[in-house]
Amino acid sequence: MKDEKFQIKLNVQIGESLDNLKTETYSVDVDKKMVVLDAVHELQATQLPELAVRWNCKAGKCGSCSAEVNGKPKLMCMSKLSDYNLKEPISIRPMKTFPLIKDLVTDVSWNYEVNKRIKPYNHPNSSEYITMQQIDVDRVQEFRKCIECFLCQNVCHILRDHDLKDKFVGPRFLLRLASLNMHPLDTENRLGDIKDEFGLGYCNITKCCTEVCPEIIPITDEAIIPLKERVVDEFYDPIKWFLRKLFPKK
Amino acid sequence: MTDLQEEIKKMEKYDADVLVVGAGGAGLRAAIEASNANTKVIVVTKSLLGKAHTVMAEGGAAAALGMKDERDNWKVHFRDTMRGGKLHGNWKMAEIHAKQAPQRILELEKWGAVFDRTTDGKINQRNFGGHKYPRLAHVGDRTGLEMIRALQDHVVHEDNVEVLMETTITHLIKKENRVIGAVGYRRDSGNLVLVRAKAIILGTGGIGKAYKITSNSWEYTGDGHSLAFNVGADIIDMEFVQFHPTGMVYPSSVKGILVTEGVRGEGGILRNSEGERFMFRYIPKMFEGEYATTEEEAKRWLADNNSGRRPPELLTRDVVAKAILSEVKAGRGSTHGGAYLDIASQRSPEYIKQKLPSMYHQFKTLAGLDITKEPMEVGPTTHYIMGGIRVHPETQSTTVSGLYAAGEVSAGLHGANRLGGNSLSDLLVFGALAGEHARNYSNTISKYEEIDNSILEPIVNELLEPFKGEKTENPYLLHRELQHIMGDFVGIIRNEKDLTDGIEQINKLIEKSKSAGAKQGRKYNPSWHQALDLKSMLITSLLLAHAALARKESRGGHTRDDFPETNKELTQILYVLQKDENDGIKIHEEKMEDLPDELHQIIQGGDN
Ligand SMILES: Cc1cc2nc3c(=O)[nH]c(=O)nc-3n(C[C@H](O)[C@H](O)[C@H](O)COP(=O)(O)OP(=O)(O)OC[C@H]3O[C@@H](n4cnc5c(N)ncnc54)[C@H](O)[C@@H]3O)c2cc1C
Ligand code: SF4
Ligand code: SF4
Ligand code: FES
Repeated sequence: MKDEKFQIKLNVQIGESLDNLKTETYSVDVDKKMVVLDAVHELQATQLPELAVRWNCKAGKCGSCSAEVNGKPKLMCMSKLSDYNLKEPISIRPMKTFPLIKDLVTDVSWNYEVNKRIKPYNHPNSSEYITMQQIDVDRVQEFRKCIECFLCQNVCHILRDHDLKDKFVGPRFLLRLASLNMHPLDTENRLGDIKDEFGLGYCNITKCCTEVCPEIIPITDEAIIPLKERVVDEFYDPIKWFLRKLFPKK
Repeated sequence: MTDLQEEIKKMEKYDADVLVVGAGGAGLRAAIEASNANTKVIVVTKSLLGKAHTVMAEGGAAAALGMKDERDNWKVHFRDTMRGGKLHGNWKMAEIHAKQAPQRILELEKWGAVFDRTTDGKINQRNFGGHKYPRLAHVGDRTGLEMIRALQDHVVHEDNVEVLMETTITHLIKKENRVIGAVGYRRDSGNLVLVRAKAIILGTGGIGKAYKITSNSWEYTGDGHSLAFNVGADIIDMEFVQFHPTGMVYPSSVKGILVTEGVRGEGGILRNSEGERFMFRYIPKMFEGEYATTEEEAKRWLADNNSGRRPPELLTRDVVAKAILSEVKAGRGSTHGGAYLDIASQRSPEYIKQKLPSMYHQFKTLAGLDITKEPMEVGPTTHYIMGGIRVHPETQSTTVSGLYAAGEVSAGLHGANRLGGNSLSDLLVFGALAGEHARNYSNTISKYEEIDNSILEPIVNELLEPFKGEKTENPYLLHRELQHIMGDFVGIIRNEKDLTDGIEQINKLIEKSKSAGAKQGRKYNPSWHQALDLKSMLITSLLLAHAALARKESRGGHTRDDFPETNKELTQILYVLQKDENDGIKIHEEKMEDLPDELHQIIQGGDN
């Protein structure tokens, strides 16, 4: 059984540098069960072989195909055409927050640099096998569902509008820090880094990150807010403050 | 200076004691092992870090930890692997794998991986096809993501590892019988790259993109297979391709995308259009007595994993895939030509959503179907290649000095059919071994070899060829042609006539592909990448077809309708592919080493 083919229009942003960008309209053959990435591939195979687009799994598992579809940050491989009004052209643009490489592809390497600055997981020294209960790792596992699509980074206004990449690591990495912080066995203390170097205070809980996360991770409520509470407990609790004065950490 | 010399001068140049090609589980585990204060490692990957195929793995990693069921141990895992591979696997690799997999999984946990837990707080393990006991350490149905993230986060903190993302290696350079470097290009800038290396590890994964219906991504173009073949390494077992029984069959745009075996591991059952649970009719002789023969018995097993034998849906993949094909052929297929996979009638909606969240999401989004309420439609999809580069079982060295291979690109462990879950553990075990031995080898080489222009000129010329004006064939459409040839002539069910025709067609396509052209511009230009990837796919496809023609029997992932039976005489026969003097393919037979008695007994023995 074959699905019927019909034509839709795509408005695609083409170009390599900000001064030679153009948005072109293309007609492509699709069927109603296709996703946006299929339409882009059809365009690439039949009309625009040099069109730059990043993708891998085509199943929402790798986080490669992030773009702005009709102005909304999306994984192109999980955006069904049938969810759009196909009488109008669908607009497809690269993520805005990261430097453009070409067409739909941006340079996301900054994210990888941030990750290097986060102290890795530190397992306790023990010759015995240490058990962990499921209930104690549920939340950490939920955070570790992150596929690094960087859509949350793309919408966070602190990175997108204020470009404070040198001061703030963004929701993806606050999430990663929370997953380490809440790991029942991790022995590293990163709260100081989280407060100062990683800029937790910049987040003003707009929840835009949570809204776009394709993995539906409650980034703000479950990761960022609890981190903020822990930082407050650690640094602004008068008793702890006093103890820290007495016994400074090395 | 000529244009070519100018290009060579402009190449980005690197030196690495050990060059690792690939950043999947195998490549990353190898890089971690290889690097130390004196050993500089460079990892190159075609995509971004953390996006390799490994990230897509769903069901789990097999290791006889015995945490879910204490009866499990390495011997049972070894036996299951050998029998799953139809006794054609490399027994030494199977032994090493079964013995070392548990420690590799525990190590991952120490690096921060968080597996699902048992009620007493240990690593939970799930049932999977061909594994006698629950053996797969897992995280819901996103185990690969957990694994690659743990490895990735570990590798970025190694001081002596540099990662070149979105960089493709296209040529290995050899001097006498030793590899001394590699050439490739960067996607972002289009720059050409030269890496001088003392040892090279290939962890490039599989070949599935040569087929249209596949669970694999664009990266799986057989680059490692063709890189190794081109420098004269032995390639074996290429006829053994795993067609996974459960790929999505509808809608057509997602045809081939994987439905994890975890669905059956968690209790999912297969039915035909008449509502019959047909797998009971397909239990092969070799496994007689080990699987439930009635629905009632299967149900008891599902309740406690102990009373009653395992349901036949958990037979090995080759068996299930062929059973579905037979049902379809007999006119009992599902609406879109597959079988019905039903978990809704077996488990509660909450259980399904907790254990199979990404399957739930995948069907909901891509097919508009709720798997907690309705059955899925599934059919075979190209999934994994058992064959590949021949390696030494203990060191992962290939037949070319300084060249190592691990993971899906290497061959041996899985024989004629891989058990689900055995790949992820394979990556860890043999990735680590490859890393260790490549490092040791690199320490014996005192200096980098000079690679002069006479070597580089033809390579650079070949790389830039698609930009020449007279090249007019569209590389995407050539790729589609290849996929049709492979599906029609070198598919699941094969015979001499089809294979011979297929080889002829591939050869014609190779000629035609010499005119594959790219649009101008080197920066992130997929038409150029596609034209170059096509070369690897064509060579690999040809190797596969030749091996399939040579093996005149049916076994595991290789099925011939002109030789439908398994031939005992061929159990230990390898078809070895090599490059001949005229850059063609030559093939010869070799007999594998005999199994030592004690291992033989483990395989024969009923219970351990
Ligand atoms: C959907 C799906 C689900 C699966 N589920 C399971 C499971 O549950 N359990 C299990 O055991 N197995 C599973 N498998 C199989 C398993 O995931 C793969 O076999 C395994 O991940 C391969 O790992 P690898 O390290 O060999 O290669 P990959 O992870 O594929 O990595 C290959 C790397 O090589 C790079 N590369 C390739 N060519 C070049 C080149 N020319 N230059 C530079 N870099 C290159 C790629 O960019 C990539 O980084 C699954 C496979 C799929 C497709
Ligand atoms: S909640 Fe915080 S991190 Fe998330 S988008 Fe808003 S400001 Fe950024
Ligand atoms: S947290 Fe969600 S949106 Fe952000 S990178 Fe991870 S998966 Fe993407
Ligand atoms: S291609 Fe992997 S998430 Fe879209």
